Amino acid sequence: MYSQGLIGAKTDTTEDEAFLAAFQARVDAEEKIEPNDPMPEGYRKTLVRQIGQHAHSEIVGMLPEGNWITRAPSLRRKAALLAKVQDEGGHGLYLYSAAETLGVSREEMTEELLSGKAKYSSIFNYPTQTWADIGAIGWLVDGAAIMNQIPLCRCSYGPYARAMIRVCKEESFHQRQGYEIMMTLARGTPEQKEMAQDALNRWWWPSLMMFGPSDGDSQHSDQSMKWKIKRFTNDELRQKFVDATVPQGEFIGLTFPDPDLKWNDEKGSYDFGPIDWDEFWRVVKGHGPMNRERIEARRKAGMMAHGCARRHSRMRKNGKPAAKRRKWRRSEPHDEEPDPPLGSFYPPAQRAGPQALRFCSCRRRGDGASGRARCLYAPG
Amino acid sequence: MAAASPVSGEMLTAFLLRLADDHLILGHRLSEWCGHAPMLEEDLAMPNMALDLIGQARSLYQYAGEAEGKGRDEDQLAYVRREREYVNCLMAERQNGDFAHTMLRQFYFAAFMQPLWQAIMSSTDARLAGIAAKAEKEVAYHIRHAGEWVVRLGDGTEESTRRMKAAVEALAPYVDELFESDEVSRAVAEAGIAPDPSTLRPAFDAIVGPVFAEAGLDWVETPYGQTGGRQGRHGEALGFLLAELQYMQRTYPGMTW
Repeated sequence: MYSQGLIGAKTDTTEDEAFLAAFQARVDAEEKIEPNDPMPEGYRKTLVRQIGQHAHSEIVGMLPEGNWITRAPSLRRKAALLAKVQDEGGHGLYLYSAAETLGVSREEMTEELLSGKAKYSSIFNYPTQTWADIGAIGWLVDGAAIMNQIPLCRCSYGPYARAMIRVCKEESFHQRQGYEIMMTLARGTPEQKEMAQDALNRWWWPSLMMFGPSDGDSQHSDQSMKWKIKRFTNDELRQKFVDATVPQGEFIGLTFPDPDLKWNDEKGSYDFGPIDWDEFWRVVKGHGPMNRERIEARRKAGMMAHGCARRHSRMRKNGKPAAKRRKWRRSEPHDEEPDPPLGSFYPPAQRAGPQALRFCSCRRRGDGASGRARCLYAPG
Repeated sequence: MAAASPVSGEMLTAFLLRLADDHLILGHRLSEWCGHAPMLEEDLAMPNMALDLIGQARSLYQYAGEAEGKGRDEDQLAYVRREREYVNCLMAERQNGDFAHTMLRQFYFAAFMQPLWQAIMSSTDARLAGIAAKAEKEVAYHIRHAGEWVVRLGDGTEESTRRMKAAVEALAPYVDELFESDEVSRAVAEAGIAPDPSTLRPAFDAIVGPVFAEAGLDWVETPYGQTGGRQGRHGEALGFLLAELQYMQRTYPGMTW
């Protein structure tokens, strides 16, 4: 990937006042900051944290929805859900790539996810119990994500902003698809309507929590606003979401599990009840219903295939015939790092894993997959 | 194809259901990996292939429903038949096993389907020829993708080679069934709709052979292949797959989703 040359690159900056002021002036002038531009270390760190967290959310987010692919109620829904979950994986890929432009590798980020150091959106620590949850996630969770992400299309950091443009288009499609599932259920049999209402009841509050702590309690907000990484505060975005979503729910005859929710004419938006921040922090800190399972699933997904791919590519490059290659492998000592244990779900040499594999797979794309296929399979 | 003789709706339906079930069941198996693949790139590639297979299954079920003429739509055919009524090949229903096993199964099935789709492209049945024209492009990608993994893993590390060899052993008993010929396959062949599977073995070998050679894998002969899928005689794993697949349709019968 284009960003790989930047991994581990020197990122020191001399942050005297003139430097910081010049940087701020660029940001204020709405110039995009690009990977090789000088930037304050704090700016880089904030972006790495935020983009990494965003990427992890996409990847972990595949799990609760993936939970229903094999049980989707019709072939049309099955195909749509499969495509949706695949989109989320694609978003993860763009985002890891965007983060790599800041000098951090995908495996470093993955390691932080698995160790619990890096966070992901807490909403994915709730279980998907019924088919209606798939509708509710599309409608509410992707809806909330869009609220967060539309302003990110104007983020001061170029690669992140550009990645967000495509991500937002797809998320907006997902949101409509989720709403359409909810609408179908709400207009279906009493059992289906009950299923939809139950899903809304369970997902509503966690969706509001997706915007993060209230402005007064958010550690990262002020500086991020100044650097134009963020454009709106958590509470502003949460309010926009409530205002957009409540009429949609009412339109299909669902009710929201909040007795305090009511339209406020004076301020031109909805009032809503207090969020249970204890629950929010409990889940963030790893004690939600599904935290352990999510991380365990990601750990197991592991790297069963790595190493071998690299080895085969290397040998192909040497152009040695298969039999000779096998002999070479037996008789000569390894001239490079030992191959990690393929198939292990807990490979000790985990660090070397995804990077090498990805490199291989990118190289494969880069050197012309069709040429390679022709070489693999004799013409005719 | 040879001069066509007409085929009964019953024979055509039986043939279409075999193909449709193969694609649905294998697509379902592949979709079980979604979110759990060994690398992110495969979390995109495997659903891609699963989507191709499920898309092909839908076209085939729709056509089968019309050919049958009993008013069953794609979902009724896919979801509310009984286990003994599914006529997929046993290969398709085999459990995923590890990644090597999944990729080899995919490779075999694609190597079987590519010559079949290619022949069907000039079928006397225009509708099926249309389905084939789209599917043929997709299956070419499956061969390339899965075939490259067969090579990489087969000619990779000691561990990957061991796993790929184990997959070759495990799947060997399910290869011959793909090429079985019976009254259904002969009827559609005589009607010029699709070639008899028994004629496809050389094309399959021509795809698999070079990949095995490059992967350093040896073909495993099995004296007694497993059979029965086309008659609805399945292994034990299929029932669990269907229990999951059919869960919503069985729990909430007759609803619109």
